[in-house]
Amino acid sequence: MSTDRRNLRNGLLFISPWLIGFAAFQVYPILYSLRLSFTEYSGFGAWVDTGVQNYTRLLRDPLFWKAAYNTLYYTVLAVPIGVVVAIVLALAMNQRVREISAYRAILYLPSILPLFALSFVWVVFVNPRYGMLSYVLNVVGIPAPDWIGDPAWTKLSIVILAQLGAGGPALIFLAGIRAIPRDLFESAQIDGAGPFRRFAAITLPLITPVILYDVILGLSLGLQVFTQAYIITSTGAVGASTAGPLNSLLFYVYYIYRTAFQYTEMGYAAALVWVLFIVSLALALGVFRWARSWVHYEI
Amino acid sequence: MREGPGPVHHPAIGPLLGERVLPRIILVLMCLVYFAPFYWMVATSLKTNEQLSAFPPGFWPNPFAWRNYADAVSYIPFLRFFFNSLMLTAGATVGAVISNSLIAYGFSRIPWKGREVLFYVAIATVFIPFPVTLVALFDIFAKLHWINTFRPLIVPTFFGQAFYMFLIRQFLMGVPRELSDAARMDGAGEFSIFRLVILPLMRPAIAVVAIFAAVNAWNDFLTPLIYLSDESRYPLSIGLQFFKAEHTVSFTLLMAASTLVVLPVVVLFLVFQRFFVEGVTVGAIKG
Repeated sequence: MSTDRRNLRNGLLFISPWLIGFAAFQVYPILYSLRLSFTEYSGFGAWVDTGVQNYTRLLRDPLFWKAAYNTLYYTVLAVPIGVVVAIVLALAMNQRVREISAYRAILYLPSILPLFALSFVWVVFVNPRYGMLSYVLNVVGIPAPDWIGDPAWTKLSIVILAQLGAGGPALIFLAGIRAIPRDLFESAQIDGAGPFRRFAAITLPLITPVILYDVILGLSLGLQVFTQAYIITSTGAVGASTAGPLNSLLFYVYYIYRTAFQYTEMGYAAALVWVLFIVSLALALGVFRWARSWVHYEI
Repeated sequence: MREGPGPVHHPAIGPLLGERVLPRIILVLMCLVYFAPFYWMVATSLKTNEQLSAFPPGFWPNPFAWRNYADAVSYIPFLRFFFNSLMLTAGATVGAVISNSLIAYGFSRIPWKGREVLFYVAIATVFIPFPVTLVALFDIFAKLHWINTFRPLIVPTFFGQAFYMFLIRQFLMGVPRELSDAARMDGAGEFSIFRLVILPLMRPAIAVVAIFAAVNAWNDFLTPLIYLSDESRYPLSIGLQFFKAEHTVSFTLLMAASTLVVLPVVVLFLVFQRFFVEGVTVGAIKG
């Protein structure tokens, strides 16, 4: 056997777990749900073909629109705020003080803690009676909203909660900032550029690849937001029949979860899944295309 | 080094304030904000019910109600949930380490036609939101009678995850080719080269993958929620919801249990801090 043939065989052999997993756990389920989305199916018995009925139903389903609206609302806020907070944290982590690694550790650590636990902590932290946040806000004279009881505030409070996880992306921004050659800053300083001018003219353009990475990541996480909403609903001062007060936390994946596993409408859930798939791909492609106009790849 | 005259003529107090004091004030404030929820978690976990209902809320529980921890552990089958979490974490970590080191090897140490294209396909799969496969996978696993077992949570981890294979591959690209070539000259088979030459060198990358896989499995919520229906199989992520009785939630016990769930991750971080930083930043540059 020639070297090329042997290498090809060995290469495919080594990556075969991925090839099999890709086919079995990604391609096949996505096609499976496409087929499923044209049927009515409760999880038991036969699939009943219903044509495009699930898709036309979706257009008339107020909960679908509610879930789509909530998810976009959250994503549109969480992604840019997340990028800004991560950059601010990275700039802070880049300060040259001796005990900087301790600060970095404290700012990074919350991002790897379990989100389900953070959500429980959040419920207590913002509670108007037992919580610290409302109390502190009141002391400094800011009237505190009912963070998880008032439908106008629930999504915002989850956006804030998400910022506890900004330490992860911040480390990536930090690596990006530290990769910038030092003499760029020094010569700018000699030319009289202050810290803000240096940030806008040097740092920001050179970390645009990291910004793109963070936007794509944030977009994907934003469209999948689920755990926080589920847990806040489950601690249930607000009743379990709606997701958060007035369904204000009914996010898209939450709606898929309810449709598939609580109402056992697997066919309809599969249609919801396909809409998410298409929208996710379209958004990612859109962002990459848009990024061409603002991402700088070389120094 | 630039030895310009500039900084020397500055009055000493300016740079001192700007470079030493101000950054520290800002950093400490930020850390306080990030630390506050966790402080509150621990403080609440040590309050008696009377202290909890006091208004304004007390910042320092007095006395410490340590027995909340004993109560929390007996209120729910904590040890059973803990053990389940441990099993799921161990399984997922072993799966991620074995599969991704093999796959990353195939994507980096052997030259073959189509390698780069397939690798980009693999990386592109991170853009497929995981919930997209959820409904179908549930039905597929149900037909295999895998529901309410650990299999749907562990078996897929043996087939590679894009981020981890990327991470190990990045590492392996930096290992000189000559090492493999020399072993090939000696007539070693590809798997022997992997096992005897490359695997020992891969340990730092494998450690990073193991740590991230372990933390992610420990933190996982949606998959166990869907696939496990029997209380005796629940991990801690699902089990914590049992602190809700009828219509009230026992917040002090819930916070005690949350502290216990968070603690292993904190310890893991403190022990392996270096690996966390490496893991986050490897994917970053040129990512």
